[in-house]
Amino acid sequence: MTISESAGLITVPEVAGIGAGARHRESVWILKRLGSGVLVLLAVSVVVFAATQALPSDPAQAMLGRQATPELLDALRQKLGLDQSLPVQYVHWFSGLLHGDLGTSLASQQPVTGVLGPRLLNSLALLAGAALIMIPFSIGAGVFLAARRDRSLDRTVNAGLMAVMALPDFVVGTIFLLVFATTVMPVLPAVSLVPPGASGFSHPRELVLPVLTAVTITAPFLIRQVRASMIETLESEHIAQARLRGIAEKRIIWRHALPNALVPLVQGSALMLSYLLGGVVVIEYVFNYPGLGGMLNDAVVYRDLPVLQAVSLTFAAGVVAFNLIADLLTIMLTPRLRTSGGAR
Amino acid sequence: MSSAGTGGTTTRRVAVTRSEHRGTARHVWIGIGATAVMLALALLGPLFAPHHPSDVIAPPYSSPSGQSLLGTDYLGQDTFSRILWGGSSVVWMSVTATAIAIVIGAILGLISAYIGGKLDALVLWLNDILLAFPLIVFVILFLSMLGRNPLLLVVLVAFGWLPSVVRLTRSVALEAIHQEYVASAEIIGTPRWRILVGEILPNITTPLIVQTGALLTWSIGVIAGLSFLGFGIQPPNADWGLMVNENRSGLMILPWGTIGPIVCIAAFALATNTLADALGRLLGARHTGHKADR
Repeated sequence: MTISESAGLITVPEVAGIGAGARHRESVWILKRLGSGVLVLLAVSVVVFAATQALPSDPAQAMLGRQATPELLDALRQKLGLDQSLPVQYVHWFSGLLHGDLGTSLASQQPVTGVLGPRLLNSLALLAGAALIMIPFSIGAGVFLAARRDRSLDRTVNAGLMAVMALPDFVVGTIFLLVFATTVMPVLPAVSLVPPGASGFSHPRELVLPVLTAVTITAPFLIRQVRASMIETLESEHIAQARLRGIAEKRIIWRHALPNALVPLVQGSALMLSYLLGGVVVIEYVFNYPGLGGMLNDAVVYRDLPVLQAVSLTFAAGVVAFNLIADLLTIMLTPRLRTSGGAR
Repeated sequence: MSSAGTGGTTTRRVAVTRSEHRGTARHVWIGIGATAVMLALALLGPLFAPHHPSDVIAPPYSSPSGQSLLGTDYLGQDTFSRILWGGSSVVWMSVTATAIAIVIGAILGLISAYIGGKLDALVLWLNDILLAFPLIVFVILFLSMLGRNPLLLVVLVAFGWLPSVVRLTRSVALEAIHQEYVASAEIIGTPRWRILVGEILPNITTPLIVQTGALLTWSIGVIAGLSFLGFGIQPPNADWGLMVNENRSGLMILPWGTIGPIVCIAAFALATNTLADALGRLLGARHTGHKADR
């Protein structure tokens, strides 16, 4: 993606004219956007169902392993409803989903929703912490670099950001673990001992390294994005005019140029937060943090099918939700950007 | 859905300046050199390993000695030998995943753009569904049901990259299709497949080359990460990602079993990334550098 193009990519309706017709088109667009989000989620549920229950492999066998006796296999098949036809199974499973019934965990024999809730909150705490740091930091750093474009500092930092983005997530996490928790500066807990029931927010020390890792793997992208859109805007006609009118450079940067970087930033942040949904699987494993990612790993280890389905669906729903929010925010931001004279 | 991506690369230059161009050719050579060194280490390493990777030669976490340069790992296997053995799987898996993604993605994108209509809409819709899953969740979901098989892992990772390649190829092909020479080729009755291969393919080779470099870097990260999580190469085989996980419990006792493979993975990813980045600058089709942008 690039940065300056991202805003133009969604077909934002022409809302500049703010007539009744424009408003109507805008709400139609929003409804369409919501509809497509729902459709994607429906399709996702089919994929999850297909992956877990409809594949040629026998889920009961997959869960119980090769040593399972035929009696056990039959009992489990019955419990999972595998003796029914596939469409019937899907409808049954999906109507349960709509009622908030995600099934019963095979490992803990408890309702999946009860197990999922606290884990989800912990992962959201991690994501929220990351977002609260990464977005303001990226704006600051991006503006800073754009104002110093092509000086040696800008070039060095830019090369560094590219390098950090090339590093695998677990490598970044393990390096932080090595540096801050074990060998060099043993100041932070290496593995989090947050009990699964407790919230991550009540254990701030345990959150530090996971959040630091999350920020490190996402901020470079956003910094580069802000820098690029700032540079593009600073070279535009209307900024040149503002300079001619004698407006102070500081004011030009923050009041005139920065708003134009916001739309790409909204899209970029949504992309990074969606990415972090996958990232938590690795981060939580590295730091033994009790969130959704750990739950996914456990579900695989214990072959806990209902949990596997629920967690995969939650991840996908999160991605769809982040994208939807970003698109709605973009719509809301666009008219204001127009009136401030920015090129989209 | 994901409006935030155009497929990882763009032919438009974003804030590329003369100073950035200076020395780009040199960076390409540095990238090629570094990548070659890492490939040599990974592929020729086993020839120079003093021990077999699964031979227990001393007690677990023994200190470095003349017999084992970096000490032993969690089972008492020679860490240095396992590092020399553990790179080839990272190489073949990431190269294969990249190749599958590029070939299948390019074919799908070309056909989708050229035929258009309902097929095009269907391909884009499938893209959106694939993008709704975080890549790692998608791979884990299918691997856990179909069995932990390295080849299957490679195919699943390749599938995860498809959306970026499809969108990239599709957008370049759509641009090319509207050129006059394609229309005239159609009028004189050139078969469609020949137009696709002969007229449109040359236009997408440059962005595809850059995308290949990016996907290779990202595949190294994702595949090593999946091995780290235990979904890739299984013990007693040696693999860099796997080794980090195996030896992390002994981090306080002897860190070399973790640091060694970490350095190798990082160096390999940085080498391919330097090459991809420099090539992108040279060819004017840069990628954004983040694997989220698939």
